[in-house]
Amino acid sequence: MIPELGHFALVLALFVSLALAVLPIVGAARNDAAWMALARPATQALFGAIAVAFFCLMASFVNNDFSVVNVATNSNSELPLPYRIAATWGSHEGSMLLWVFMLSGWACAVSLLSKRLPLPMVARVLGVMGFVSVGFLLFILLTSNPFQRLLPPAPDGRDLNPLLQDPGMVIHPPMLYMGYVGFAVAFAFAVAALLSGRFDAAWARWSRPWTTAAWVFLTIGIALGSWWAYYELGWGGWWFWDPVENASFMPWLAGTALIHSLAVAEKRGAFKAWTVLLAIAAFSLSLLGTFLVRSGVLTSVHAFATDPTRGSFILIFLAIVIGGSLALFGWRASQVGFAGRFDKLSRESLLLANNVLLVAACGAVMLGTLYPLALDAFGLGKLSVGAPYFEAVFVPLMAPVVLLMGVGPLARWKQATVAELAGRLKWPALASVVAALALPLAAGRFSPMVALGLLLAAWVFTTSLVLVLQRARPSFAQLRRQPRSFWGMVVAHVGVGLFIVGVTMVRGYETERDVKMGVGDSVPVGGYRFTFRGVQEVQGPNYVAGRGTLDVQSEGGGAVFQMFPEKRMYKVQGMPMTEAAIRSGLTRDLYVSLGEMLPDGTWTVRVYHKPFVDWIWGGAFIMAFGGLLALSDRRYRVAVKAVELPPPLAAEPPTAGKRPQQQPAAT
Amino acid sequence: MKGRARFFVPLAAFVALAALLAVGLTLKPREVPSPFIGKPAPAFTRPQLKTGQPDFDPAQMKGQVWVLNVWASWCAPCREEHPILVAAARQPGAVPIVGLNYKDEGRAAEDWLRRLGDPYQAVAVDRDGRVGIDYGVYGVPETFVIDRDGIVRLKHIGPLTAEDWTREVVPLLNKLKG
Amino acid sequence: MTRLLRHWLLILLAGVASTWLVTQAAAADAPDVAADPALEARVNALTAELRCLVCQNQSIADSHADLAVDLKNQVREQLKSGRSEREIIDYMTQRYGDFVLYRPPFKATTLLLWLGPALLLLIGGWLYWRSLKGSQAVASAAPVQGADAALAERLLGEEGDEPARRR
Repeated sequence: MIPELGHFALVLALFVSLALAVLPIVGAARNDAAWMALARPATQALFGAIAVAFFCLMASFVNNDFSVVNVATNSNSELPLPYRIAATWGSHEGSMLLWVFMLSGWACAVSLLSKRLPLPMVARVLGVMGFVSVGFLLFILLTSNPFQRLLPPAPDGRDLNPLLQDPGMVIHPPMLYMGYVGFAVAFAFAVAALLSGRFDAAWARWSRPWTTAAWVFLTIGIALGSWWAYYELGWGGWWFWDPVENASFMPWLAGTALIHSLAVAEKRGAFKAWTVLLAIAAFSLSLLGTFLVRSGVLTSVHAFATDPTRGSFILIFLAIVIGGSLALFGWRASQVGFAGRFDKLSRESLLLANNVLLVAACGAVMLGTLYPLALDAFGLGKLSVGAPYFEAVFVPLMAPVVLLMGVGPLARWKQATVAELAGRLKWPALASVVAALALPLAAGRFSPMVALGLLLAAWVFTTSLVLVLQRARPSFAQLRRQPRSFWGMVVAHVGVGLFIVGVTMVRGYETERDVKMGVGDSVPVGGYRFTFRGVQEVQGPNYVAGRGTLDVQSEGGGAVFQMFPEKRMYKVQGMPMTEAAIRSGLTRDLYVSLGEMLPDGTWTVRVYHKPFVDWIWGGAFIMAFGGLLALSDRRYRVAVKAVELPPPLAAEPPTAGKRPQQQPAAT
Repeated sequence: MKGRARFFVPLAAFVALAALLAVGLTLKPREVPSPFIGKPAPAFTRPQLKTGQPDFDPAQMKGQVWVLNVWASWCAPCREEHPILVAAARQPGAVPIVGLNYKDEGRAAEDWLRRLGDPYQAVAVDRDGRVGIDYGVYGVPETFVIDRDGIVRLKHIGPLTAEDWTREVVPLLNKLKG
Repeated sequence: MTRLLRHWLLILLAGVASTWLVTQAAAADAPDVAADPALEARVNALTAELRCLVCQNQSIADSHADLAVDLKNQVREQLKSGRSEREIIDYMTQRYGDFVLYRPPFKATTLLLWLGPALLLLIGGWLYWRSLKGSQAVASAAPVQGADAALAERLLGEEGDEPARRR
């Protein structure tokens, strides 16, 4: 019954989304208020229907309904409840349902939080999101139905892939998808603007918080995925430049360029055409990612079971959505108009340079990811492009971005002078060079890569400090007057600096010992002594494990504790898994991985000392927190009173923005 | 680029990308083509599976067109393709098929052949997989066609179906035989 | 599956029993698994750049697949016998083609790959200069006076930006 209800809800959702995709947009073109007014209720009904479907699938998992194919292939009666819930999105079909659930959720949020937007704009934005939903719902119903029945029902399920039975994997996909799907809002705003031909600053103002929110989720989603790989895969790697990882990184790079571009579009009215294009690009890259993971076109550890028919469907969908929006862009972009003048050296020009670099970096990642495919398609042979390529190419592109990160916020809008900037930057520059030279030597070993990393990080920290101090004039009380968007920027940039510290220190100073241990044997690593105490058998809910015990003592005296790495065997799938033991600290992680038992009864054990590794994800989460701060800025929370304008200015009626429009400079 | 045309550049770029992806759907990204096509088959000397036989060396096959089939008793797809080879070996004027027993155990391999039929003129035993590596083998089964001068002409990856044999291998064998 | 499970349990049991036996021997500083850690470091560095052909996208260093282990052993042997990294890479590409390398070689077919990012940067730079040329600050108009100036400063300064410079 429940699966059928879910299926029915999806079909209902399809019809609602068809109505949503067509009527409000036609209504906006014809200025038909009744049709435009359909947008909000249709969106909410769409969300309701998809929510019903989503929770029906979840209920099937929770109730162990093995008459549903999806449940039988991805769950098991001994699977703990939280993982049964997470199994809802653990498969291709379930994750597509999650996608469309979140898409309708974002659309619903837009419908509820857009009271001050003019109706035609709301109608178009929601209509575009409805259009995207149509595509996904058709895809689900025609090729990836999660509610397919299995008759007679299986006695028990095949269990969730043990790699996914982990808290990190439970929240990583939802966060990631919230990010991917969130860019659909920016996309919808961009397409709506192209449809209407109006690109006043209101459009940028309205897009900005939604885009920032999507970016925050995507940042968290990627960080969680990386962290998960680190603690789950057993050897401490955290980024592999795998095609699917790249597929999530490209929208992030485009999204970062987008939020900076929107800042300029909103404040200065410049870059509008670029911003629209970036908004289309960010969501297009999300869709491209969906295609790459599910079509079998690229080989990846993350790929779902591939199916070229599904691939074809998604590709056609991509062609319609992306091709259509880019065609619209080609047709209408000349009407966007060019506003805002700025000097060769100004905050605008620095932000533009920043965006060029980010887009080039995104392009480089795309080039590396798709090059093997291109070569094969042209019959020129088979190639692999892996981490060595990406690292060689990415760092030179991103280093200037980090340098600009320090200069940009200190530059004035419209016109900045070299003298002024140089004056403000000389102390940070000096401090950064000193840090780059001195710190590696203090840590024990100098290396150019470490020096570069520390230079960039120190640059970020010192320029942020200069920025804050500058706003603290004439007194520190001035800082309280700074809006949250300012603090969001500072915090997010500091997050980047912390991330760079983490990557640099771990790469430069990580130590590892791969040893054979008998009971009582010990090994010194990173200032700690690890003593092996043997392996015991341990029963888990759906696995059996050998749990090792190591006594760890810090060599300076001080800390004494134990670590318990495990080697698990999951009963249903017969899959062995390594559960590394990790002892996290502010300045280092100790990481112990149990290998295998040798014929003489000793065990191979890998012990790592990873300095500052948690700063990688800590930095990313702080970046996201900065985004949240920016989102909670007063102007998004408080209705601003209309300003008393002198007569000449008052002749221009206030539009839907929360305060009177800045006049864009006449073109 | 003049005027409005430049705004269509992103669309043009996307169309190219979509075309590439469409072609990509027809490709097999995990298949590794052999760099040996047109190059001499690597030399080796290995004992045969059947005791009492002399060691096998590809040089012994010079002057003939022949097929090298890499297989193992633990390999399920090998079982699927085996009947094709057995049938092909029985044909009049059939080309010699030599087996390379890859990382297998002698007893198990002999049992396997006894049960499923033996199409092989000779079976060389590659216990540690070194010969396989020398031939660029990365999975089983794989099949090579080698010409009279010892040059590799074809590498088929995965089990041979009857269709593969008649469409791909036989015409090549006929061509090479002259 | 149950057979495998039983097998696994027996191994564990044997492990537990024999680790107890081993405790009777003198405890010591654990020796490295690798006979020669320095060599092993070179092996790991090299195999990290080689692709495991039977895996879904892993290096030979990371993979436990049979072929990966075989190839890793080959690399170790060859390094030990004095071959250089370059020679071993050639050995691998002779047998498996360029596909086995995670660092694509620089040749005619990869020219666009290696030079692409620089090309993208050049194109981006060109577009950047074009945008800048079209947006030079206009010569300053008549300066804003009095109450208008105060209003302008308030509006422009409100978002935490610096107050606009007066011209």
